Amino acid sequence: MTTTVPATARKPATMAQALTRAMRDAMADDPSVHVMGEDVGTLGGVFRVTDGLAKEFGEDRCTDTALAEAGILGTAVGMAMYGLRPVVEMQFDAFAYPAFEQLISHVAKMRNRTRGALTMPLTIRVPYGGGIGGVEHHSDSSEAYYLATAGLQVVTPATVEDAYGLLRAAIASDDPVVFLEPKRLYWSKADWSPDAPTEVAPLGRAAVRRRGSSATLITYGPSLPVCMEAAEAARSEGWDLEVVDLRSLMPFDDDTVCASVRRTGRAVVVHESNGFGGPGGEIAARITERCFHHLEAPVLRVAGFDIPYAPPMLERHHLPGVDRILDTVARLQWESDRTDGGGE
Amino acid sequence: MTVLEQPGSSRNTSSLAGPPPSWRPRTDPAPLLPDQEPYRLLGTDAAARLDSGLLTRLYTQLVRGRRYNAQATALTRQGRLAVYPSSTGQEACEIAAALALEERDWLFPSYRDTLAAVARGLDPVQALTLLRGDWHSGYDPHEHRIAPLCTPLATQLPHAVGLAHAARLMGDEVVALAMVGDGGTSEGDFHEALNFAALWQAPVVFLVQNNGFAISVPLAKQTAAPSLAHKAVGYGMPGRLVDGNDAPAMYEVLTEAVQRARRGGGPTLVEAVTYRIEAHTNADDATRYRSAAEVETWRAHDPIALLERELAARELLTDAFVGDTKESAEQLAADLRERMNADPELDPMDLFTHVFAEQTSQLRAQAAQLRAELDAEAAGHTEDAVGAGGFAEEARP
Repeated sequence: MTTTVPATARKPATMAQALTRAMRDAMADDPSVHVMGEDVGTLGGVFRVTDGLAKEFGEDRCTDTALAEAGILGTAVGMAMYGLRPVVEMQFDAFAYPAFEQLISHVAKMRNRTRGALTMPLTIRVPYGGGIGGVEHHSDSSEAYYLATAGLQVVTPATVEDAYGLLRAAIASDDPVVFLEPKRLYWSKADWSPDAPTEVAPLGRAAVRRRGSSATLITYGPSLPVCMEAAEAARSEGWDLEVVDLRSLMPFDDDTVCASVRRTGRAVVVHESNGFGGPGGEIAARITERCFHHLEAPVLRVAGFDIPYAPPMLERHHLPGVDRILDTVARLQWESDRTDGGGE
Repeated sequence: MTVLEQPGSSRNTSSLAGPPPSWRPRTDPAPLLPDQEPYRLLGTDAAARLDSGLLTRLYTQLVRGRRYNAQATALTRQGRLAVYPSSTGQEACEIAAALALEERDWLFPSYRDTLAAVARGLDPVQALTLLRGDWHSGYDPHEHRIAPLCTPLATQLPHAVGLAHAARLMGDEVVALAMVGDGGTSEGDFHEALNFAALWQAPVVFLVQNNGFAISVPLAKQTAAPSLAHKAVGYGMPGRLVDGNDAPAMYEVLTEAVQRARRGGGPTLVEAVTYRIEAHTNADDATRYRSAAEVETWRAHDPIALLERELAARELLTDAFVGDTKESAEQLAADLRERMNADPELDPMDLFTHVFAEQTSQLRAQAAQLRAELDAEAAGHTEDAVGAGGFAEEARP
């Protein structure tokens, strides 16, 4: 996958390094930014995303906490009440569940409960999704839970450049952000300039990653590279696919999505999390409500199966891959005069 | 900490196995253990050293507090409050919690602790916003440094720890006092908060009001610990057991704990042994789970009556003082009654105002929809509002 970083001072960097750099720069710019979580200090995080922060900023700014997710997030709420900007790490997606009451009853609602008097400038970093061969509880796609809660912003980068820009924006936001890090992209590399970081990416704005005219793939986070690959592969089938990377699930960028679907007339939503009750259903409904007269086919979804996350040796069958995307794209041959491609 | 074999857990069959590494407790638990009996001042010789000014101050606040509880309960019967969890019988805990703090400190109340918030200076009507139902919490927490009244059990305790920790990191000598009931001590957030507080040596005081019941469930079904104060030892902080109906004892113990926290001495867990004279809320039937005789025993140990005895012994319980106190309480109640009987002015559009700092396009569309519905309602033809907002416009080709 390529990004659109200016040619100056480019060198290969991983998404993990870009995330580290984002926290480092945020901490250097603003003394109220504090990083906390289990193993984030001495170890630098189990994925090394907080590597070096404790050494540079001290243990008071990058704190190894006790192993207690509700306690980590609950104390971060109090710290935010006193004017700090905590950046909290939940080590793995499913490890965040003990903290849900704090997240839903307090983090998401504090501004509302206090009529804007108390804000929650909190960033909750959650490594999420599969593809790393993790055992049970290490590969959940938990975005639907967060999306179901009013008051939370839900952001997920898919590129190295966005990992930096979106995390900076999340930390700068006066409202809470659940920052979902696609853990299988941690080691994805791109030519990116850590010495001249690109601008902070605005939250709530999707990016068109590939222009096309036949249909739009709408995706985010870990599924973006898969969609880009599928779009390349689809060329030989005569499909010219547009790929939209949502980047932020809440706020949701209806404008970019609708503009693309109105141009192409066909849409497929692609994500790893379960299809039933997953974000794809909401996105498909939004497109249908807004673009019905532009659609040449029903909005289709390519999602993970509606199963508890697959064991690692079987997860490749669960995760949406290029073939499943292409098969679904073929089904878009709906009342169309196209003769190539598949169909039902 | 190193994982060690337990003594006697296995037979030594390997010649390579040496003796287990030495082990000793990290902290001597003895100084952390609470007293066997709840700490008392009233009715003991130690009461003689108490300052009369403090006693009269406590008395005035207790009487006002009881009147406030009675008035709020009456307002539920009139339909002016959706619900009110009364703290009648527990006023000494509430008042002591408020008075033990300095202005710079923070109070973290639970839903039953409106009285502590009012005693700390919060407008009595604002303290009831949540329970009236015109907003959730609603007051500005910065005004008196009172966190929003917390409905989920014990979830405000980690907030208190985080705030106190942050204050210390920023060099401010601020103490947080967090209140929870006996039932709340069973919640996970209670344990995580105490653990974090002790690990960080955060300037926090945890006040457990053990009023005997979590709705209907008695303490014996809530914990097998010798006392709730004993729980402190397991986290490495001192536990104090106090008679929660003895206002000066409560004040003394909480003040000591606050001062200790301010000096950098770390957190304290205080268990106040008290009793909820009224039902859990107006929606509860307390006769189903406790006897009238039990309630009467506790009525005889009433916090106001206990204090009156000491004031009378000092000849401070004069007609003039009692009359002034009563008048002050009646004024509080009358003001509350009058202001609560006025319908609150609600703007439905506020529903969208405080979700995010910047409204999302989705919320803007929904706000427009509600605006249209309100306009139609005002014009008397609600059916026109259907489909007025949201995406209807965009759906056309």
